[in-house]
Amino acid sequence: MNIEKKDLLQLYYYLKLTRRIEDRVTALYRQGRILGGAWTSNGMEAISVGYACALEKNDVIAPYFRDMGAFLARGITPKRIMAQYLGKKTGVTGGKEGNVHAGDINLGVLGFPSHLADNYPVAVGVALSFKIRGERRVAAACTGEGGTSRGDFHEALNMASVWKVPVVFICNNNQYAYSTPVRIQMAIKDVAERAVAYAIPSEIVDGNDVVAVYSAAKKAYDRARAGDGPTFIECKTMRMHGHSEHDAAKYVPRELLEEWKKKDPIINMERYLISNKVSTEEELVNIDGRIKKEIEEAEEFAEKSPLPEGKEALEGVYASPI
Amino acid sequence: MAEVTYLEAISQALDEEMTRDSNVFLLGEDIGYYGGAFRVTEGFYEKFGQWRVIDTPLSESGFTGAAVGAALMGMRPVVEMQFADFISCAFDQIVNVAAKNFYRWGGKTPIVIRAPFGDSVHGGAFHSQCPEGFFFNVPGLKMVAPSNPYDAKGLLKASIRDDDPVIYFEHKFLYRRIKGNIPDEDYVVPLGKAKVVREGADISVITYSAMVHVALEAAQVLEAEGISLEVVDLRTLLPLDKNGIYDSVKKTSKAIILYEATRTGGVGAEVAALLSEDMFDHLDGPLIRISAPDTPVPYSPPMEEFYMPRVEDVVKAARRLAAY
Repeated sequence: MNIEKKDLLQLYYYLKLTRRIEDRVTALYRQGRILGGAWTSNGMEAISVGYACALEKNDVIAPYFRDMGAFLARGITPKRIMAQYLGKKTGVTGGKEGNVHAGDINLGVLGFPSHLADNYPVAVGVALSFKIRGERRVAAACTGEGGTSRGDFHEALNMASVWKVPVVFICNNNQYAYSTPVRIQMAIKDVAERAVAYAIPSEIVDGNDVVAVYSAAKKAYDRARAGDGPTFIECKTMRMHGHSEHDAAKYVPRELLEEWKKKDPIINMERYLISNKVSTEEELVNIDGRIKKEIEEAEEFAEKSPLPEGKEALEGVYASPI
Repeated sequence: MAEVTYLEAISQALDEEMTRDSNVFLLGEDIGYYGGAFRVTEGFYEKFGQWRVIDTPLSESGFTGAAVGAALMGMRPVVEMQFADFISCAFDQIVNVAAKNFYRWGGKTPIVIRAPFGDSVHGGAFHSQCPEGFFFNVPGLKMVAPSNPYDAKGLLKASIRDDDPVIYFEHKFLYRRIKGNIPDEDYVVPLGKAKVVREGADISVITYSAMVHVALEAAQVLEAEGISLEVVDLRTLLPLDKNGIYDSVKKTSKAIILYEATRTGGVGAEVAALLSEDMFDHLDGPLIRISAPDTPVPYSPPMEEFYMPRVEDVVKAARRLAAY
């Protein structure tokens, strides 16, 4: 697939932005300034950046909690994200939710429910509405390999295939669902085998190669837009941090982490951009400089933003209150 | 005005809303080509086509989730649970996705879930339940349960036009047994409003759905004894019309709460709690709950009959209360 320079640089920008924001989130979490949980996509950024950047503006995503790159690529700003982490009124959900439990319908980002794969049937419904209305839009949903053991995953794939709706299912197979390794999660070798039962074509890609994820997603979206129905994309990767930042993940063999460290998606992309003469090292350093500044500004904005008042908790239970 | 059955009223509401608004569509098991297990959507498939009356795989959670997704895109899906009993399969999508979308991140989710409930077809534990209690403490949800054709049509239309997720409990016993006159022109029954369906002076019976008819029958019996029952039909279960309940109890000072669901922790318990909190000074006697016992719905006719709240239960309770 021939990808233009500006698109390649955009992929790089979002990879790096995601890494830097989440690194900052991790630091703030360790300082006790972010309460609750902090889940990151460290080492897995290429998946959410890749699938989200391949979409068109009017498409819709149903992300999961390791999809910070998709939030950013859809246009949720670092300012709103940092404010969200700090529980501020200016956060994506105004303080109603924390961290990555957020959505913005105007940017085509559906809120993520913690019950993994719950967003899969929802994405099928989004795609169903496109089909009913004859719109050339697609829906993309993502979950982890653990989520693919749930019933909603299977119900969603079945419905999507029977109805032939324009949805693309992404799976971030990072080998661990919290502490549970894939070998006791499922008896099959590849998650993609699950799609076979639903007559859904699938592709397995290197989840640490953003160009590969982007290209596979783009192909699947084209297929969906042409009316040919759903595709399943398994992205193989490795979770480099614990389940959440509180988790030291001692259950993960160190050698495995060492091995995957060499496959870091950002280093991968830098190598790709430079060896293919898409950009110079200097250009990449400039992009990184811009990102650092953006994050500083975002954090300052978040710090200065007001917290909601306690009683605001009572607002917004109903869209049309009685 | 035309006389229709409760079932026809539901069917008319769906037909008229689908005609009025192209965003309204239906999905559920066997609702299309077959016309629905209870024939509520008979003829719809031919009239509206397969993409507005969608026959789904057997996937309550899946198609409820799909309805949520379509609703987020501005559609107004109406889901049919073949029997309300099967709604438990979709519990998570209703409780954690549909009901919390708006609060959590501003996602408007205007779905209606039609749930044929209640005992009527000797269906045993899985075709007779009143599962409203499962959903009763879920903020963000609305629940309605009409008792007659006028309300059935008006509440369904209001539910479809509402921007929040609504569970619409339609009672299977009432489908073809209860008839009533409804206007020819478009109307809605607003959500959140109870209705006094029989005025009375001595005791308020607070009830809903099929039990309204049990209360009305009991009122007839008691009238001969000089006990005057006021019957309050809740119509909307969530959120409850507190003022509607309180206005009646202020007048009568006594209350019976009558419901077909199992006893513990549901609508009846909440109404009793509200009355004891807010109406204590007005009450002249104990609050009495009449409900099904805390058992699964039994099959064999004597047990099933024992299980269901009866007219004589209301009559006995009213006599007891009248003594205060």
